Amino acid sequence: MSTPRVLVLRAPGTNCDQETAFAFEQAGAVACCVHVNRWLESRWLAEDYQILCLPGGFSYGDDLGSGRILANQLRHHLSDSLARFRDEGKLILGICNGFQILVKSGLLDSADACGPAVTLTWNASGRFIDRWVGLRVASDRTPFLAGVERMFLPIAHAEGQFIGRDEPTLERLEQAGQLVLRYCQSKSCPKQPFNPNGAARDVAGMCDASGRVFGLMPHPERFIDRTQHPQWTRLPAFEEGDGLRLFRNAVQYFA
Amino acid sequence: MLWEIDLHPRLGLPDSDARGVEADAAALGLAKYVSVASASGYLLQGPELTAERVERLARELLADAVAEQYVVGQVGDARLTNPPDRSGAGSDESLARSGRREEVQQTHQLVQVLLKPGVMDPVAQSAEGAVRDFGWNVDAVRTLRKYWISGATETETRAIAAELLANDAIEQVIWGPLPFDRLQAGSGYEFQLLTAPIRGLDAAGLARLSREGQLYLQPAEMATIQRYFAELGRDPTDVELETIAQTWSEHCSHKTLAGRISYRDGLGERQFENMLKETIFAATHQLRQRWAEDDWCVSVFKDNAGVVRFDERFNIAFKVETHNHPSALEPYGGANTGLGGVIRDTLGTGLGAKPVCSTDVFCFAPPDTPHDQLPAGVLHPKLVMRGVVEGVRDYGNRMGIPTVNGAVYFDRRYLGNPLVYCGNVGLIPRDKSFKEPQPRDLIVSVGGRTGRDGIHGATFSSAELTHESESISGGAVQIGNAIEEKKVLDVLLAARDRGLFTAVTDCGAGGFSSAVGEMGEKIGAEVHLERAPVKYEGLSYTEIWISEAQERMVLSVPEATWPELERLCASEGVEATVLGRFEPTGRLTLKYRGTVVGDLAMEFLHNGRPPVGRQAVFEPKMASPLRPSGAPLPGPPRQPEGNGAASPGSHNDDLLAILSSLNVASKEWIIRQYDHEVQGGSVIKPLVGAACDGPSDAAVLRPVLESRRGIVIACGMNPRYGDFDPYHMAASAIDEAVRNCVAVGADPGRIAILDNFCWGDCERSETLGSLVRAALACHDLSLALETPFISGKDSLNNEFSYVNASGEKQTIAIPPSLLISALGQVEDVSRCVTMDLKGAGNRLYLVGKTKNELGGSHYALVKGLDGGAVPTVDPPRAKATFAAMHGAIDAGFVAACHDLSEGGLAVAAAEMALAGGLGAELRLGAMPVDADAIAAAERLFSESNTRFLCEVPPEDAESFEAALAGAAVAWIGTVTGSDRLQIVDDRGATVVDLPLADLKDAWQRPLRW
Repeated sequence: MSTPRVLVLRAPGTNCDQETAFAFEQAGAVACCVHVNRWLESRWLAEDYQILCLPGGFSYGDDLGSGRILANQLRHHLSDSLARFRDEGKLILGICNGFQILVKSGLLDSADACGPAVTLTWNASGRFIDRWVGLRVASDRTPFLAGVERMFLPIAHAEGQFIGRDEPTLERLEQAGQLVLRYCQSKSCPKQPFNPNGAARDVAGMCDASGRVFGLMPHPERFIDRTQHPQWTRLPAFEEGDGLRLFRNAVQYFA
Repeated sequence: MLWEIDLHPRLGLPDSDARGVEADAAALGLAKYVSVASASGYLLQGPELTAERVERLARELLADAVAEQYVVGQVGDARLTNPPDRSGAGSDESLARSGRREEVQQTHQLVQVLLKPGVMDPVAQSAEGAVRDFGWNVDAVRTLRKYWISGATETETRAIAAELLANDAIEQVIWGPLPFDRLQAGSGYEFQLLTAPIRGLDAAGLARLSREGQLYLQPAEMATIQRYFAELGRDPTDVELETIAQTWSEHCSHKTLAGRISYRDGLGERQFENMLKETIFAATHQLRQRWAEDDWCVSVFKDNAGVVRFDERFNIAFKVETHNHPSALEPYGGANTGLGGVIRDTLGTGLGAKPVCSTDVFCFAPPDTPHDQLPAGVLHPKLVMRGVVEGVRDYGNRMGIPTVNGAVYFDRRYLGNPLVYCGNVGLIPRDKSFKEPQPRDLIVSVGGRTGRDGIHGATFSSAELTHESESISGGAVQIGNAIEEKKVLDVLLAARDRGLFTAVTDCGAGGFSSAVGEMGEKIGAEVHLERAPVKYEGLSYTEIWISEAQERMVLSVPEATWPELERLCASEGVEATVLGRFEPTGRLTLKYRGTVVGDLAMEFLHNGRPPVGRQAVFEPKMASPLRPSGAPLPGPPRQPEGNGAASPGSHNDDLLAILSSLNVASKEWIIRQYDHEVQGGSVIKPLVGAACDGPSDAAVLRPVLESRRGIVIACGMNPRYGDFDPYHMAASAIDEAVRNCVAVGADPGRIAILDNFCWGDCERSETLGSLVRAALACHDLSLALETPFISGKDSLNNEFSYVNASGEKQTIAIPPSLLISALGQVEDVSRCVTMDLKGAGNRLYLVGKTKNELGGSHYALVKGLDGGAVPTVDPPRAKATFAAMHGAIDAGFVAACHDLSEGGLAVAAAEMALAGGLGAELRLGAMPVDADAIAAAERLFSESNTRFLCEVPPEDAESFEAALAGAAVAWIGTVTGSDRLQIVDDRGATVVDLPLADLKDAWQRPLRW
């Protein structure tokens, strides 16, 4: 099996790059953290990689709305490179801030003639929230979630409420199988409202039409080791965290 | 031409900011009925901006098409100031409810809020960069917030603006349309060398110079400066005077605690030449000698953080700072830059540590303090608390450093002087743990630009706050820019690993003055002030030198490696500038465009300050029995309506009241706003248990993802005990910090601690006496427990004075507030335990002896009782108990462990039960007690130190008992499958019988905001 190379893209304010690279390496990939300035200097930089990952953080402080500035940089300067990367059958993953960047850069195929169709906006509570959530996989559209039915992962965000322009738009994406990951009830935290941010249709993650571009608000890289589970001291021993499967799937895709 | 882009919620989506203002106005009693609409806006100025381009910026950059709608115009256009049409959005309801009172404003009052010129505006900075990314030049960008207010009287509207919409320390309010049509980008500066004629001044003149120049120096210090310059035959320049004031400030030199103190207490007298050195430092020194080659301390009390050994590859650094005065004036900015500052402390330790987690401990007045009881100049404690939490949240989360541990204490005496302690832990390679600037190295500034912000922070923090502080010292209040600091962090660690510099320190209080002055102390330094990159024109050479603008580090860089460092910084968009050189002259020479503006001997600057001599007295309080208090207590907790039958002898209501008391109540509202899992090393989170909502004793994380070794972070503090005896307060805080670490599995032989003294005015001998007494306890406990202090900090003068309604001057001094922060270690994190009950049928053991110690307890607080005996520590017994407890946990005998602190056994048992979702039955008769006659209330609620409640599976019971053989231990109960906590006294009578749901609700309700 060939070992895929992962480009973990960082920008000012990216802060989950190192643990995300670590998670990919645990899954068997070779991961490099690369500053966006390097890619801007050399448009061919991504050619050497099979997987592009936009990790979590606060790129450029999320100062003009989450992910907005980096998304604009990608659109203005790297849209050709990104299109080529996707069209060559490679994988793109956006986690948390990375998902926000994917949504706002138009890489998730959600826009139509009327403009952007979905966005990630402020949590219904108006606050940043760090907690764990139950997740279910709602379609087999993306290879990242192949064979996965349920996961328990942490979220940590302020702008994670997925909303659509209107109901027909959401229905269109639902029918296309793009709304792949949903918040759901979990036995680990039965009493909380399972949807942590008010997301429409409980959407926690979506993919593009090809399924090879996938973004999600929860952090799979934060549940690789069993001691990261918030209740590991009350659970029977288990080997690895739910998040690792997602990274394994990405590596497996190139086997 | 000044363009404006306003962003409104898209029609049909909620205007959350406006709803928040309405709710706060009602909750704080500022206005009964008010209707608000809000928008955020950008002002953009630049010759290349056209209507079409601005429209495109609105559409593609600033507005989110799905969530927002925008209005574009030129300042002055009516469409920018007209109230938005939000029909159907629901905001007119409250206007309808207001019943059209005669005096209410029928029209919409537009209130616009802008940051004052010169205040850090990261959003505007980012917007400028992003606009340039479109290929268009832009001169200036500012952000604003706008509110259309109706339904309230004019007075009410003004109160809302002053209290909720803008903070006068950093923001300005504009009523109606903007009165300008262009943005000022700073005015020019004309160089003029200023001197302060000091030589001819008499004592009164020196005092006036100290006060009016905001130098806050003592008479003897002013006289010393006068003598120094008289001998030189000249007067000082302003920048020389400022440099001396910064270096000699309490904040930078700790002259009181590291000074001469004549101390007297009931036992006798003691003379200190250097109080800290002879108490706290001495204990660490003695321990290190005792340990000899097993010494695991690496660097203590000298660098920006204390450093201890972690594993074969890494050391670990820990520092806790306070940012009290800035947080009192501008809670968000104060806490924001407080955390940013302490992160720079670890980043500036050795050759740079990588920050791996943060801590925060706050002290506030009760958030339900009635609005009309606030003295002038005091912000409402609820708003202070919210601002502080948001400030820490926004800095820590953006930096990607998990905030993992903290505490909040409430007392009315923190009304004018809230306390904000921020801590940071950093990981540093063993061979990068020391620094040494070399003669002829370049002085390089890295990071943010220098502005007028934060002038006089160091001297200001050494002064007492008054109701006028806001206007006098507003410049000392700042907003941080976390992303700038994150960029500096990224580039600095890369440069460290490439060996590009010989020393680093942060620009904290005193700015370049302190950073360069400290680094060049043994060498000398020459600085060219005009080289410092500035945010805007117009800064004088003195302002550049003493500005405390955030996010700057100073490096000492060999000439040979400078080109590589410069390239590295440029490649990540970080500004790096050579300011001068560490010239081996022994002098600090400051130049501005070739003219020498300052020239001081390093020796005078660092060793010329006359020693401060202070008197300290401690009068022991007469012991008195526990009794009802004469005066009503501040902010008594609401009596919860528990459904437990309040039969005679029942303590149900007492337990519920303590769980609802603010210090004990759940802090989930705060904790969940912090990212406590970023970096991926989280092992024990601040909230644990069956529903992830039980209070963890300490945080555990793995700073190195490839390793199973963990660090443990905890704290201990109890200002209430200080009212009885600061010695026992300090001893209890140390015991609490250590036992919190031990409770999750830390090795008590590897716990390092930090001290943070926040006290009142130590020129009063009784105030200083209470501090010395606490320091003596730190010495004694550190030695006895073999727990070294590795770093510390003090913040004195935490007093607030104001003039009351009758025209009398009133002063509120904070209670003595010693925070002990602990850094423990575990060999293998998978042996850690949490405090939630795990399984029905398991046994509950109480470890440690319970004494009749209700003095200062939370039982006394909720019952309104004074007097009683304050908890003490028996150090040899504590040391043995911690070791035995660790042995039992490490061997795997313990399913759950919780320390006993505020509220004693009853609260610990309730928390374990509600966290585990399991019931428990306890028998008070079985517990190890000091005297047989001890009553049920004392057994339930006494806060005796060195105690743990442990859950042990029956099959491990024998081994557990054997492991704890040396300590007082007793099997006092059982975990049940029921949903109740039931406790019977020594005669078998039920004293507590409550459903878990009631316990949890009482505990969560008070701060469920």
